[in-house]
Amino acid sequence: MAPVTIWLGLFFLVPLLLILIFSFGRSGVYGGITLGFNPGNYLKVFDPLYLEIVGRTFVIALTNTLLCLALGYPLAYFIVFKGHRWRNALILLVMVPFWTSLLVRAYSWVVILNGNGIANRTLQFLGITDEPVTLIFTPQAVTMGMVYSYLPFMVLPLYAALEKLDVSLKEAAQDLGASRWHTFWRVTFPLSMPGVIAGSILVFIPSAGEFVIPNLLGGSRTVLMGNLIQQQFLQARDWAFGSALSVMLAVLLLGAIMFYIRRIGTDKLEGV
Amino acid sequence: MGTQKRISRSAFLKVVGAGVVASSTLSTLSGCTVSTTAKSGDGGGAGNENALNFYNWSDYVNPKTTIPNFEKEYGVEVTQDFYSDNEALLAKLQAGGTGYDVIVPSDYMVSVMRKSDIVQKLDRSRIPNFDNVSADFKGLPFDPNNDYSMPYQWGTTGILYNKKELGEISSWDVLWDTEYKGEIAMMSDVRETMGAALKLLGYSLNSTDPEQLEEAKQLLLEQKPLLRGYFASFEVRPLVQNGDVLLGHVYSGDGFLAIAENKDLDYAIPEEGATRWVDNMAIPVGAEHVDNAYKFINYILGAKAGASLTNYTFYGSPNEAAEPMIKKEILDDPRIYPPPEVFERLEVIEDIGEATRKYERIFTEVKSA
Amino acid sequence: MGESKGGPIYKGLGKIPDRALFLFAGLVYLFFYAPIFVMVFFSFNENRSTQVWGGFSLKWYGELLRDQSVLDAFKTSMIVGVTATAIATVIGTLTALALTRHRFRAKTFADSTIYAATVMPEIVVGVSLLVFFVAIQFALGITTIIIAHVAFTISFVTIVVRARLSGMDQSLEEAAQDLGANPVTTFLRVTLPLILPGVMAGALLAFTLSFDDFVITFFVAGVGSSTLPLKIYSMIKFGVSPVINALSTVVLVATLVLILGGSRILTRREKT
Repeated sequence: MAPVTIWLGLFFLVPLLLILIFSFGRSGVYGGITLGFNPGNYLKVFDPLYLEIVGRTFVIALTNTLLCLALGYPLAYFIVFKGHRWRNALILLVMVPFWTSLLVRAYSWVVILNGNGIANRTLQFLGITDEPVTLIFTPQAVTMGMVYSYLPFMVLPLYAALEKLDVSLKEAAQDLGASRWHTFWRVTFPLSMPGVIAGSILVFIPSAGEFVIPNLLGGSRTVLMGNLIQQQFLQARDWAFGSALSVMLAVLLLGAIMFYIRRIGTDKLEGV
Repeated sequence: MGTQKRISRSAFLKVVGAGVVASSTLSTLSGCTVSTTAKSGDGGGAGNENALNFYNWSDYVNPKTTIPNFEKEYGVEVTQDFYSDNEALLAKLQAGGTGYDVIVPSDYMVSVMRKSDIVQKLDRSRIPNFDNVSADFKGLPFDPNNDYSMPYQWGTTGILYNKKELGEISSWDVLWDTEYKGEIAMMSDVRETMGAALKLLGYSLNSTDPEQLEEAKQLLLEQKPLLRGYFASFEVRPLVQNGDVLLGHVYSGDGFLAIAENKDLDYAIPEEGATRWVDNMAIPVGAEHVDNAYKFINYILGAKAGASLTNYTFYGSPNEAAEPMIKKEILDDPRIYPPPEVFERLEVIEDIGEATRKYERIFTEVKSA
Repeated sequence: MGESKGGPIYKGLGKIPDRALFLFAGLVYLFFYAPIFVMVFFSFNENRSTQVWGGFSLKWYGELLRDQSVLDAFKTSMIVGVTATAIATVIGTLTALALTRHRFRAKTFADSTIYAATVMPEIVVGVSLLVFFVAIQFALGITTIIIAHVAFTISFVTIVVRARLSGMDQSLEEAAQDLGANPVTTFLRVTLPLILPGVMAGALLAFTLSFDDFVITFFVAGVGSSTLPLKIYSMIKFGVSPVINALSTVVLVATLVLILGGSRILTRREKT
């Protein structure tokens, strides 16, 4: 057991360490890296074009997290408290669509949202619009696509946290005359905080590295950190710069999380 | 509580311990250069003499004939894996991903690969069928003596458009026409899109002149508000087919696939010139089944194999000897086999070394705008 | 996973919020499944297109049965998915337990490492693991895919299980040990059942991440070990064929039957 765990721990840490090492290397013209100490890669990041991309990425990741929370919490709540004996099925049903290739689902969204797709036809049928509206390959489509991709990452931890709540606490609160709203905000929600935090982290972090959705649903008109890093490793063949960007992204995200956790209070993470 | 703590702690310490081991392993590795030469693989076709590992673009062989006939004729078992991106292929090989005997890089990528020692020098004496290749496809700029690659299939990049609505098209400038705002789709491939702008300006699509690049950038910035977006060629195809977009920047093959489904469409090679792209076969350094690789390459360059490829993919064959066996409708189609005056205007994409990053940055700026 | 008593938890307080919640959940599920409906629809397409309809046909299902490469890819994805999920879940759960139950100085570092692992863009993880495998001369194949998948999913499991563990009352476990149970028994009979929903949620997330992973798998796969995403993405150049839609529809139907059928069996057993 021990050697296996060590071995696997190794593979887990390797990407982190290698990228750190690469970020100080020098990229060959044709790709590959010569190792050494070359902090210049980090200096390259401080270019208005790239900083703009970093900023945009954060805004989008944050928006995505908030939207996922707004949509995911009620869903998790519904499954846990109103799902009764269908709870397990309901949570599995949340995940099932995600076992279909993202590519297939993204292209299906294009079909739904394009000029004479279902969405437009429904809008015209309901009389809301007269003509087809451009729905796909817009920033809004990207936002929708990101929420679509990351909602389960929010729902699962929330489900895990809410599920353990002691029902008797809620009943007690209500027996003591608390209204439903009151019970929710004063009892349920605070106790579910570890789930909220875990879900927020699981959405925020990977959102910042997203590169597929902006291309598939946004017509590549939005450049995010994920796209930039991908480009550096592939088209630009600048592994060192790509690594430096990744490290910067990691540092910024970790900083944001630590700040978030500290504000909420580490005790909430433990729920103690 | 004590014993439970001990179990959990020991599990965690193991992970931390792993970290220590990892760091020490890496510090010994960090003295070296991450090599860009592929190391000889330990896996894949383990010691099997009669195997060939072929890494190709998807759907690029005639499923009924190409590989089965080769397997029968030479008694070799072929394993075919796929990639869909030249750069991903390069990155994988550079990081050491081996096991493949024949790969199919595009033109400029052959240049990149030979300059970074990813592909090995070919022994031309083992490829007698090279004589079948038409003169137009021998000694192209990316591999002047065909020391490293043999041509496989070729095509062009142009404009797929709705001929019924727009009439005949002949110039790149239609993609900049404000009348078609929101109904134009360009490719997300940086060399192709920059290439279109450079061609419209009358420059080479391999230009590294800063002023010319700046002009191209301005042109692309002007174009952006008119676009639906930047897409892969195969994504543009359904957009034009569906009528969502009137004008699409595509590879010839996608153009023809769309026309086959929708007779209102047509494909044009602009008069200012366009890309002639050529995919080629090469043997990576460290390939295990080199003999079989040569057999395969020679086989593909044979007239029969060449014809059956084109008859299936509808891309052009660089193989002159194959022409008698190619379907007449393909040979006669000026869009697949352009007449000399059009052919002259085609340019092959070349590797531009350091300038690649400049192109990338420009395109990032345009997309971000 | 946990079960609740039958019947509403709150006693007769305003049906409207309940109905609103139900409607909301329904809409979210519709949102999840909209592209799935489109996908199923196009699996019956006469054209070789997943976006342009050409008439009804069953041919892709026939094609699916004949296409060995797609079936093989599916099989590989399943093997990798199940194995990697099992391993990642075990390690992730143990790690979560260690981090939550124990206070030690390296805690912040450990936290950061876990989060950092979720930050790394896939291309970075893929390239670095490939470099590492080559450096230690580990042959590429299905094993390397499994290892890579374990490496990148462990953190997700850890974070989800932690959300469950937080604030969990340890008195039950202490009681068990006071009564003479050894640590292993305590873990298996007391702890594990209590955190099971969290562990299952983590496993679900890990499987989903593994099953649809492309970038990392592309780099670490060996010759002839193609997973489904690899196969699908490789078909891109000529457009994804409806064969994939047919496969996904079959998988979808099978999964739904299993889930809904399984639920009924479980609830029936409860009643007896």
